[in-house]
Amino acid sequence: MKPFGYTITKDRQIDFDANDREVTGFINEVEPSIRLCMGCGSCTATCSAGHFTDLNIRRIHTFVQRGELQHLKKEIMKCMLCGKCQLVCPRGVNLRNLILSIHTALEKSGI
Amino acid sequence: MSKSAIIIGGGAAGMETASQLARLGIEVDLIEKQSRLGGHLNSWDRLFPNRRDSKEVFEYLEQDMNDGISLHLNAEIETILKAGDRFTLSLRDGKELHSDALVIATGYEVFDARKKEEYGYGIYDNVITSVELEEFFRNNKQKNLFEGIKSKRVGIVHCVGSRDEKAGNLYCSKLCCVTGVKQAIEIKELMPDAEIFCFYMDLRMFDRHFEEMYYEAQEKWGIQFIRGRLSEASENPDHTLLLKLEDTLTGLPLKMKVDLLILLVGFIPSPETRRLAAMLGLKEGDDRFLCPADEHTITNSTTIPGVFLAGTVKGPASIASTITDARSTALQVATYLK
Repeated sequence: MKPFGYTITKDRQIDFDANDREVTGFINEVEPSIRLCMGCGSCTATCSAGHFTDLNIRRIHTFVQRGELQHLKKEIMKCMLCGKCQLVCPRGVNLRNLILSIHTALEKSGI
Repeated sequence: MSKSAIIIGGGAAGMETASQLARLGIEVDLIEKQSRLGGHLNSWDRLFPNRRDSKEVFEYLEQDMNDGISLHLNAEIETILKAGDRFTLSLRDGKELHSDALVIATGYEVFDARKKEEYGYGIYDNVITSVELEEFFRNNKQKNLFEGIKSKRVGIVHCVGSRDEKAGNLYCSKLCCVTGVKQAIEIKELMPDAEIFCFYMDLRMFDRHFEEMYYEAQEKWGIQFIRGRLSEASENPDHTLLLKLEDTLTGLPLKMKVDLLILLVGFIPSPETRRLAAMLGLKEGDDRFLCPADEHTITNSTTIPGVFLAGTVKGPASIASTITDARSTALQVATYLK
């Protein structure tokens, strides 16, 4: 049968209450400095990997805070852990440890 | 004969102008429509950025309220006449006051949150304003407010009635941001296991120690800041609230449930400020606050000789800058009367 071309579109909305924020809690505990982000985007602007891929450290941080974990695994693999983001962060957020603790958290929760 | 001034409005601006002028040997009549002095200072519990008790500031202002100041409480102005350099004010109780100068210090009032119907203030149970939260704190009734709150999730909405053309106010009220951060910390102090979310567009932490307070809110208290203007709140059957907004830092729509919603209501000029302006022919800006003779250089006088402005009649201002402005007005009045 010829397909009609209709598909079910996935909801893009962040459903904050449905999201698993245990991972968020774990990461915030392991690296408390990540609470300090003010969303300036310096990290993303300076990111070498971000110049060639869609890696966006600032957005990864926000996704962690919202408990949006589904894309994180693929995202963080693009990071080379060079640490330039951390050098430019005006609030001194330990972003390398953010990436590392996302690794640990995702492994722990089996994602 | 010593010169005299009438000050209309017994809030922080009027009180400080009055005591400075009295100290300079000028006879002062201070007119207040309420039964007590203090104005909006009486509505706040603790003040940003150091959370000191607002009563301390009131006591400071009140200590000079004796020599050379005639106080008129519960006073309503019927007419103001200017003949030559003299002003004559008639009060509703029949009293007549005369002076050589007039200071308008009738301040502001807060935006009526019911006008933002989509936030449900006055419709849903658990939506209150930042001013009401202060009342709870001031009367030590905050326990009542948080009684029955299960998950203890609180949303704080910035810019309610400010930066909003539909609400008729294009301007920024500039002090709601820091008030929201202060209240977030205070709620967290009371309920350490609460989750607090501030919904903001820009955080305008412009004054000394404001940015540090924002930093403290994040670092010490774990207050979460979500960038995006609340689009709507709707009430669930259990009286919690479902919020919808765009999380603009991810570019995705977001929905979440909160138990309590606090609306940071902005400044609007008080009706009395606007009535007196119309009576005297003073110029209102496009934001409806009063215009001084010059926005940069002559900030305490008006284009009418002998009529001066002090405090929030000219726009949103903190208590500290209101007191500073009042002193500057007093100096201008004294120079004019010399």
